[in-house]
Amino acid sequence: MTDTAQRLAEIRGGVPPRRHNARTIAALTGNPGCTRRAVLDSAGVDKPKLAERIGFPARFGQSRFAITRGNAFEAQVKADGGTELLRLVAERLGVPVPAGATWTDLGGAEDLPDRHERFRAALTGGGDEPALFDHPLLGLDVAGRRVHLEPDLVAARLGGRFHVVEIKSFPVIDGQADPAKVSAAAIQSAVYVLALRELLAAEGHDPELVSHEVVLVCPRDFANRPVASLLDVRKQLLVLRRQLDRMDRIEDLLGDVPAGFTADLAADPAALTAALSGVPARYAPECLAACELAYFCRHEARGHTTALGRPVREALGGIADVGEVLALADGVRASDPEQAEAGALLRAAARLRADALAGSPS
Amino acid sequence: MSTLRALAKAQAVAAGLAQPVATVRHLHLSDRPLVVVPLAMAGEANAPLAAMVGAARDEARLLVVPQPRNRDQRFAFAAELAGIVLLYLDSFRGVSEAVPVDRGKDVRYRYVDAPQLLVPNPAGITFLRLFGRSTRFRRPDGDYPVHPSVPLLGRWLTFFAERAEHPGSAALVAMTEALTLHWATGQSAVEDLHLPALLGWLDPPPGSIGAEAAAWAEDPEVCPPAGPATDPDFDNRRLAPAMAAYVEADGDPAARSAAYAELERLLRGQLTPTWELMWRGVGLLRALPSGARVAGRWDGDKDAFTGYAEYVDDGGGPQPRRDGAVAAAVRLHRLERALTSYAVQRAYDDPLVMAEHRLTGEAFVGDVTLADPKRVDDTGKRPVLRPRIQVVTTEPVLVPVGATLYSPARPGQKAKVVFLTPGADGKTEVVLELSGGMGRGLTAPPGTVPEVGERLCFTTLSDAFLPAGNFPATEETPWTHGGPPTVGPVPESGDGDPAEEWT
Ligand code: SF4
Repeated sequence: MTDTAQRLAEIRGGVPPRRHNARTIAALTGNPGCTRRAVLDSAGVDKPKLAERIGFPARFGQSRFAITRGNAFEAQVKADGGTELLRLVAERLGVPVPAGATWTDLGGAEDLPDRHERFRAALTGGGDEPALFDHPLLGLDVAGRRVHLEPDLVAARLGGRFHVVEIKSFPVIDGQADPAKVSAAAIQSAVYVLALRELLAAEGHDPELVSHEVVLVCPRDFANRPVASLLDVRKQLLVLRRQLDRMDRIEDLLGDVPAGFTADLAADPAALTAALSGVPARYAPECLAACELAYFCRHEARGHTTALGRPVREALGGIADVGEVLALADGVRASDPEQAEAGALLRAAARLRADALAGSPS
Repeated sequence: MSTLRALAKAQAVAAGLAQPVATVRHLHLSDRPLVVVPLAMAGEANAPLAAMVGAARDEARLLVVPQPRNRDQRFAFAAELAGIVLLYLDSFRGVSEAVPVDRGKDVRYRYVDAPQLLVPNPAGITFLRLFGRSTRFRRPDGDYPVHPSVPLLGRWLTFFAERAEHPGSAALVAMTEALTLHWATGQSAVEDLHLPALLGWLDPPPGSIGAEAAAWAEDPEVCPPAGPATDPDFDNRRLAPAMAAYVEADGDPAARSAAYAELERLLRGQLTPTWELMWRGVGLLRALPSGARVAGRWDGDKDAFTGYAEYVDDGGGPQPRRDGAVAAAVRLHRLERALTSYAVQRAYDDPLVMAEHRLTGEAFVGDVTLADPKRVDDTGKRPVLRPRIQVVTTEPVLVPVGATLYSPARPGQKAKVVFLTPGADGKTEVVLELSGGMGRGLTAPPGTVPEVGERLCFTTLSDAFLPAGNFPATEETPWTHGGPPTVGPVPESGDGDPAEEWT
């Protein structure tokens, strides 16, 4: 074990690292500037449990109705050996619909290494005739650790290129879908594209054989009929690559972390809270939708202008502390030279606000 | 985010209470708004689960869909909702007023009042828009007939959803947006989307501060979400078993009505807190005096309501799935104009909004120190009345000599900047030459020229009418831009298809 791996294991405590999936890896890109998150994720700490232990449980529950519906739609789309899926994907990509394609389901009860091997062979061994691979087994290196992914996805080989096909149960109505759901799907798909590319590259193939155009299959309008759309995930690939590289340099990040830092779930909550506070964070309201520690970090960020959102902080001249903003605005505190501009702006704003509230003319 | 608003947020954090960002109410509030609190089934494409609807606090009607995946039950819900909404709309079609048009040469008629729908949040507006989309193409005949009121409801909901995109319209309003238009909380914009937390900042229970009340309101156990999305825990632990019990009771009338009653009880429990919050929000807004230009904007909503009611009466079809290119451009142009004029009107109506423009140098407030109301300019062909006034202000004046300014106190009058003299004491003397708003003669009627001692605001913002852009008429539009062949209410094939399978 390297020093870094040793250190990360200590941070995690005596438990195995939390398993990643495409969603958790996609979530890594949520707040890339946050050291606290990068360190905990690199160590594989179970953040939901940690948040609960320190009294700030996350709320990322999923309704069982949504899960059932997602599974049913996926099963429907994949039925009859993928004939319908093949047609949808080919038509969307603008290639002739092949008469048939091989269907390889790599899911199952075998051992991980076996399935991994089988997928590698199936993917890189055969020719380039049309093929659909269900439940491919993929891997990625995250902070020096190999992470296995078992995505609910189909990799399609058509016209000699591979496409990631994601089946999602949110509807596309009159050609439009919920933008938040589409962008979540895009970043997850980017994880798969990246993993597929690495697999091909490791076998000496051209990674660009995996297209950056992902096929998203969703129900159309209010019915169950599937419709395919294309998503260009080049931007997401860049973001993801950058964050994974950053986590590869975890040694640098660990430099910012106090020597005895632990997130061991067995530790006393008060000690955990104190330890966490020693690791720099960068809370923003966006964390609420992206990170299990958000309620804790929000609590900690109380009284900071960032907790109100970046536009608010910018409008306040970049001053970080609410108390300082008000002191500058009231003129009770003289501004430092580098705050002179912000101070003048805040004083003017406070004066105008008071004037208007006192009934100045409009 | 303006610095004034951001400062109000910082003050809210320090005070533990939301702070005003408006001194008047900037939207019309009906005496009888129809409050609609919808809930949707998780995982489905906008499938209704329940709704609480009514035009007064003590008139809540609960609508429930025991099996949201069942298409017949969905349309039964739509018909029931239509019964309430269409009746409400009809109640505004009794009395009309005459409106002069064509410079008074003609009149047209419009209803004296219009309906107003209130939902908890922007997601509630999206829900109604999509519900309108899923019902407006349905037909009362054919393979899967629905009650005739269902497509009608769909068209009206689509009408309201389109109005909601029109800046300054109050026909369909999200309560969170109405409240944040007038108050700033000490939390972020995403947190403000949660109505219970927002009201926690506005009106915390005695003995607690806004931040505590908001945190309390975030726990779905004690404070159900304001919809349309339900709390996943509620779905998994309570709703799912109750729905299963309803399905299992098939064929046993007593068990079925008991199961139905249980579903009603659960959903009522999820909806009632939001219902109460909606009316608390209405109360807070009602306590604000209405802005001077609010009634004028509401007239626009009355016009739109009258126009659409007549269109429907004349047998007009459902709105198309998508606008053609020209229709989309016309609409965008209209929305942009409305946005500009809405921003100006709010500033004219409200010194606290105008203060944002004073901070950026687009406006200043000063005292009139000299006035020459009789000044006549006779250098041109005809002598014209051009009074001058001098205004002294302590605020920075960023407008150049020659600029045209307006004062909300006399919106029909232009004030041209003639001289700008900064003084040593940080004050600026501004000499303004006035034109317009003083009658046609060479003597200004009393009150039309500012007097010495008046304190006034001058701004570059103009409330003047913005001319509409020129777009080809529908029949002159080439088909490549959405002209005749595809325009109109005819749905594309496959859509509105009564056989369209429901999940
Ligand atoms: S919630 Fe905290 S740990 Fe997570 S990303 Fe935000 S600041 Fe970092």
